[in-house]
Amino acid sequence: MSQRGSAYIAGVYEHPRREIPDLSVAQIHAEVAAGALADAGLEFQDVDAYFCAGDAPGFGPISMADYLGLECSYVDSTETGGSSYVTHVGHAAAAIAAGKCRIALITLAGRPRSGATRPGMSAALIDAPEFPFEQRFGMTIPAAYALAAARHMHEFGTTSAQLAEIKVAASLHAQHNPNAFLRDVVTVEEVLASPLVAEPLHRLDCCVITDGGGALVVVSPEVARDLPRQKAKLLGHGEAPKHTNNGRIDLTHTGAVWSGPRAFAEAGVKPADIDYASIYDSFTITVLETIEDLGFCAKGDGGRFVSDGGLVAPHGRLPFNTDGGGLCNNHPSNRGGMTKVIEAVRQLRGEAHPAVQVPDCQLALVHGTGGSLGTRMGSATLILGQPDA
Amino acid sequence: MASPDNEEFFAGLERGELVLPRCDACATVIWYPRHHCPACGGARISWFQASGEGTIYSFTIVHKGIGEWASFVPYVLAYVELAEGPRVLTNIVTDSPSVLRIGDRVRTAIEPTSQGPPVLRFRPV
Repeated sequence: MSQRGSAYIAGVYEHPRREIPDLSVAQIHAEVAAGALADAGLEFQDVDAYFCAGDAPGFGPISMADYLGLECSYVDSTETGGSSYVTHVGHAAAAIAAGKCRIALITLAGRPRSGATRPGMSAALIDAPEFPFEQRFGMTIPAAYALAAARHMHEFGTTSAQLAEIKVAASLHAQHNPNAFLRDVVTVEEVLASPLVAEPLHRLDCCVITDGGGALVVVSPEVARDLPRQKAKLLGHGEAPKHTNNGRIDLTHTGAVWSGPRAFAEAGVKPADIDYASIYDSFTITVLETIEDLGFCAKGDGGRFVSDGGLVAPHGRLPFNTDGGGLCNNHPSNRGGMTKVIEAVRQLRGEAHPAVQVPDCQLALVHGTGGSLGTRMGSATLILGQPDA
Repeated sequence: MASPDNEEFFAGLERGELVLPRCDACATVIWYPRHHCPACGGARISWFQASGEGTIYSFTIVHKGIGEWASFVPYVLAYVELAEGPRVLTNIVTDSPSVLRIGDRVRTAIEPTSQGPPVLRFRPV
């Protein structure tokens, strides 16, 4: 059964701050929830479904529904890292289509910058069956992505300068975002001159670490009809975990090779139809592999695709991450999927900054990535359109 | 570290040997070690001594380590493709990381540690 048109994103909110030492994680969840509900023209008591992921404190949706005072007929705590919130939109639409709920709230919040949480070793991670075979070698998150970048360079001739073009494009967009953590425009030379973190990745190939959060309100077509703000119609959703395939690891492909075609098929559109794309950008290589896997160019051609301003809004081949993305704007709680959905909705509403607003934006793609690129990861793709699409 | 799922692997490292699990039903070599075959779902496995040979599938020279690893930089993190098929996460033990290339041949360098059983690393040949 297709979910095309079964739900609308009616409200979005991105917390404006990037360092929040004075609020608890639960408080930030509540602030972004209030923001998204206000944007949708709804109240807390209207919510009948709640979605959160591993950033939510306590016992997931039970603790947070308690804190927020929600009366829910449906909850979902699917945890696929940074892609969770993209996945949640699809799950919310499925629940709405099944008649389980009408108004779903999805929240994300965290404080990795001011010290409440940092990427590290949770008890669950230490109990993971793969742990003794992966965590004794000095693995870091940048190093995991560097291994993918090194292999991509080996197989396809991709260069560090091409990866740097992705950061340059993000910085050109971030200069227009007053809330962006990094607002300075950088050059390819500056990216290449920044310190090596894990070869071939430089410091400026990596996303920012920020406090913050965001929220979404996903509603049924009947609810959407009566709400004042412009909605984004969910046209397609696809998701896929990718794992190590019994150790036959392939570092040059992501789960987008499966999630992308599923979303495009449900929406009945193709990559060339997309006007704007929010592409998960934990690292520059994340963007490069994802663009290839989603079919915006052939495998191995990503380096050429992103060069010469290919990703720069509003007139590049594929305007991307017009808020500055995770590379410059915001990567709250080390999870970038939420802000990817939010900026896509801004584009469809025509509410991105005028300097980066894609003219007549009809179709937007959102792609979320979680976990470790190519090895054990979540991938989720959404296709969003205008309310009458 | 070691669990009932993988203790034979670590017992092998204690003897200085790389032993791998193979599915009794479909003969697939399993990685990471476990008593479940992800290829066919089989639960019966046998352990065999691997060749200890492989090639570098990918590697990175890490310049910013976390925790105790911060003092070891630069160090080499790699996926080595074993002659038996699996690509395993490991370190390459070398004094000259800058000459390493993807595709280089490597051989096991099983090293003791102060924490838990020995570690499976590799050395260029």
